[in-house]
This record gives sequence, C-alpha cells and structure tokens, in this order.
Amino acid sequence: MKYMPLIWANLFRKKIRLLLTIGSFAVALFLFAFLGVVRDAFNRGASVAGADRLVIINRTSIINTIPLSYRDKILRIPGVKSITHNNWFGGVYQEEKNFFPQFVIDPENQRQVFPEFNVQDDQWNTFLKDRQGAVVGARTMERFGWKIGDRIPIKTTLYGGGSWEFNLDGVYHGNNPLDDETQFWIQWDYFEERIPQSEKGQIGWYVLRVDNPDDSPRIAKSIDGEFLNSPNETKTETESAFAAGWVKQFGNIRFLIITIGSVVFFTLLLVTGNTMAISIRERTSELAVLKAIGFTDRAILGFVLGESLVIALVGCVGLLFAMVAVPVIGRALAGMLPALILSPETLVLGFCAAIVVGIASAILPGLSAMHLRVVDGLRRV
Amino acid sequence: MVRVDGKGNNNSLIQARDLDKAYRRAGEEIHVLQNLSLDVDKGDFVAFMGPSGSGKTTLLNLLGGLDVPTRGSITVAGDEITHMSSSKLTEWRARHVGFIFQMYNLIPVLTAFQNVELPLLLTKLSKSERRQHVEAALTIVGLSDRMNHYPRQLSGGQEQRVAIARAIVADPSFLLCDEPTGDLDRKSADEILELLKRLCKEHDKTILMVTHDPAAAECAQAVLHLNKGVLVEGVAAGSHA
Repeated sequence: MKYMPLIWANLFRKKIRLLLTIGSFAVALFLFAFLGVVRDAFNRGASVAGADRLVIINRTSIINTIPLSYRDKILRIPGVKSITHNNWFGGVYQEEKNFFPQFVIDPENQRQVFPEFNVQDDQWNTFLKDRQGAVVGARTMERFGWKIGDRIPIKTTLYGGGSWEFNLDGVYHGNNPLDDETQFWIQWDYFEERIPQSEKGQIGWYVLRVDNPDDSPRIAKSIDGEFLNSPNETKTETESAFAAGWVKQFGNIRFLIITIGSVVFFTLLLVTGNTMAISIRERTSELAVLKAIGFTDRAILGFVLGESLVIALVGCVGLLFAMVAVPVIGRALAGMLPALILSPETLVLGFCAAIVVGIASAILPGLSAMHLRVVDGLRRV
Repeated sequence: MVRVDGKGNNNSLIQARDLDKAYRRAGEEIHVLQNLSLDVDKGDFVAFMGPSGSGKTTLLNLLGGLDVPTRGSITVAGDEITHMSSSKLTEWRARHVGFIFQMYNLIPVLTAFQNVELPLLLTKLSKSERRQHVEAALTIVGLSDRMNHYPRQLSGGQEQRVAIARAIVADPSFLLCDEPTGDLDRKSADEILELLKRLCKEHDKTILMVTHDPAAAECAQAVLHLNKGVLVEGVAAGSHA
C-alpha cells in the first residue's frame, strides 16, 4: 500500500489520456455486458424449456402446417401425457414497430402443457367462454397500458388479411422471471371460423408433455415414424432443441457475439497496451532513477501492472453503467426481444475479462521497464 | 586520504583495484577505463575532472553499482560488489549509495516530500518514522517549508537540494554526484557546493563528485584527473575549510 501514492501520481500524469483509456475500458465492458444480455435473451428459450415437453413441426419447415387430425394419433402413442397446438398469427397492433408474438392456442389444453404460465381462474373462465377473447403476457400489457376489458384490434396480412378484434379477458404471469411474458393468446375456434376454407384444420405446431423425459427420444421417434411417407411428415424434438433451432434461424448468434466480443477486447488490449507503452517510454529516465536508488526489477514491473490494473478496475464502471442501462434499453426494445436481463455471471465474466486485459496489456511494457539498464535510462534525460 | 596507486589499506571505505571497462561498438572495442585503482576513506570529498569521454561518469557508475567492470574489483565497506547479482546489487545500492544527478531527476508528479521519501519506501520504517526522516533531510537542505511543492514549482537550485535530500535521507555510505552544479547558475551552484561541503564536514558524508567546474572541484579535499580512462594525477586540493 505504501507504493499506492506513486502509482496514483503516475496515473494522473496525463489526465486526458487516463480518461480516454478508462473510457475505452468502460465502453468495451458495457458492450461486452450488452452482448451477453442479447446472447442470454436469444438462448433463454432453450434454458427455460420444459424437460418433459416435445415440439412437433412439419419436417419441411415451421412455416408449413400440420393437420389437426394428427392430434388423436399422437395422443395414442404410449408415454404422451397431454398435447396442445399453436398457430402463428403474425398480426400488427396499430403499427409495425409495436411487435409482439401472437399465438392461436388450444384453450382446453394450454394450461396442462404450459403450467408455468399463470392466469387467474376467473379470467381464464371468461376467456374460455369468449370466442373473441384474448389473454396477454404481463409485459405486453404493461407496455401498451392495456387493461382487462379493452378491445384490441390486430391487423394481419395472413389468413385472408383484415383487422381482427379481440376482448382482453386475462393476463398471464410466468413462474420464473425469465419466462416470456410478451405473448398474446387468441382462441382456436374463433381463428378457425374466420380463416379461408383452404387453411382450415391446419395447425402450426404441436407441443406435448410426456410422462417421463427419459422416454422423449423413443416418443419422438414413434411420432415421426407414424407420419413417415405422409403428405405432412413431422419433425419432433425436445423443446430446448426446438428453441435452439429457432435461434439459429437468426444466424449463428453465439459465433457473432463471440467474434464481436473478441474484436472489442483485442482492440482494447492494443489501445491499453499502447497507452502503457507510451507512458513507460515517456518516463524511462524516471524508472532508471528508481532503479538506481534501489527499486528492484519486480517492483518496477509491479508499478506498471498496478497502473494498468487500476485503469481496468475503474473501467469496470462500464459494467455498472450496463446495470443501469440494460433495463432502460429492455423497455425500449420491448417485444423485439425477450426480457433483457444482465446476469451476475455476465458481470463476473466482464470483471474477469477486464482484469485479464489489464494484466495482458501491461506485460510487454512492464517487462521492457523491468529490463531497462539504469545507465541507458539515465542517458535519456 | 585518497590514493590512486592501489596501495591503500583495508580500512578504506571504497577500494577499486585494477579496473578496466571496455565497450564494443560497431565491432570495435573501446577501453573507457584502464587499470584504474582508487582508495577513498570515509568522510573524503573527492572530485573527478577530465575532458568529455575520459570515463568520469563510467567510473561513477561502476563505483555506484550501476554498471560492472570488464575486469578488476570494487569493495565498499567490506562488500565486494563486482560479482553481486543484479538483484543483490540493487539492494546494496539502496543501503549504501546516494545519487545526485546533473538534471536533478526528481519525479515530476511527486511532491518534494514524496520524492525524498522514495528511498525510505524500501525500508521497514513506519509511516511516521519515514515522515521524521524526510523532514530532517529537507531541513538539512533548507527546504522544510517547500515539502508540498512539486518540482515544477521549485527553482533549479531548490530541485537539486531536494535531490540531495533524497540522496541522504536513507543515510547511505557515500554520495555520488554527477555534475551536480552543471545545470545551475553560479549563485545556485555555490549554494549546492556549500551544502555538499557541509554534509561532508558536519555529517561526515563521503562524497565522490564528477565535475567540469574548477570552482566546484576546489570544494573537494582531493581532485583526481581522468584522461582517456587513466587516473593521471592526484591533487590534494586542501581547500575544504
């Protein structure tokens, strides 16, 4: 600790340079935290997926439908506990930017298959009796300031187009903070009634629960075998695999984020390393004097590492800024992405990355200072 | 008593024997010091004079453990330093040598107090003990009222006095001064020389000083001339009152 005044004084030697270097750290760490948040948001579907749930889609692609008539055949396969089906509605509320996902659901079985979504019984019963009823996730309800009883118009270009109106009968909450509370559920019967004849009896995908998750591979194989060589072959996979596949449709998010993160940190390494190298070059004669009066090579290396680490630690203000900014950005992007949550793991990882970059950027300048010959350094006055 | 014939007794504070220092530049070997011997007793004030390139600073660097000779030996207060490892030599310098440079070489971002305190950071003294030593050193050089000033707020003479305080604060065995008045006006230079004389006389400090300034050399008890790496004469100046 007795060396701190020396480290501190050297840090403040060039205040603007110090500020810019700390700023580089802060911006890089903020970006790191935000990339982590986006990655988590994309992966959340897989992480919260039920272990006992399987998703069945058309083998060709998810935009191809599957007959509703498959339901009874699937239910007969041993190990299948319950089943429900969904369609993508794809509508727009008022204008394009107000995106949130709307699903046509099978009200009778929805709560058996998705027990993590809670709706008050009285609201659910109203919904069941109301063919134009809708249930919405708490985040979407809060986003638009809706209340129970509101009439919600949704325009769609699918299913013959036009404007559909729904009565807001209920709101659902997730058991887990990570559960998606942005969805808008509408009744299958009402949907089936209004869509063109050619599209009737077709659903987007099935979700089923199994008695024993260990049986999932067998059940998935049985289901796909059942519809092999039919006009609508199926692809059955666990919900987490389905969620991961869904994310992949956006591109290799993980690769993208790792690449951007690596570039950011490598650039930061160069910026900080260069700053430290310039700083050391500027005071070669001072380092030589310190060595002359008895400071060891290790102490000199320690000073350089100390300065770099202080910059890195203060740069962690970028992580604090992310803690404040992520919820704000999350609200601004509501509906575009699932809830944006800055996890403690991301914060710890960011802190560790800052320390590693702090040390790495000081190593070369530090070794150069350490190996400086006193007589050479004194000549550079 | 200063001797250059290599026949000094074992009680000398500094004993240099048969020193050679050679550098290789562009494939050519340059002999900076040749077969140099020197004995300096505790409390001596010795000035080295000579033309540029005669090896004065090289000799000071060797005696201060900043460089190693090509041949020969140096013993200071019983420690043979020529074969010490780099880390041992660093520790030895901290205990035995106080450096005073022509350009003062203070750390510009530290106050006078903090600059003087630097050598004490290498000791086990407590903070309050360090403060006492620093205040004493700054009082000796007459700058007790400038402790919290930064080097840029001091005149050249005052900066050099802070450098002298830094050199003496850890009570080293001897002081090495490399042209301590070379960057000062006459008045400031005289003040510094007076201070060095006082340190020698009143505090029994051993001082080895390189200088081009005949007035500075007159302050020393002995003046040694170096020419092409050889100590060619020893003069007892005797003007050190």
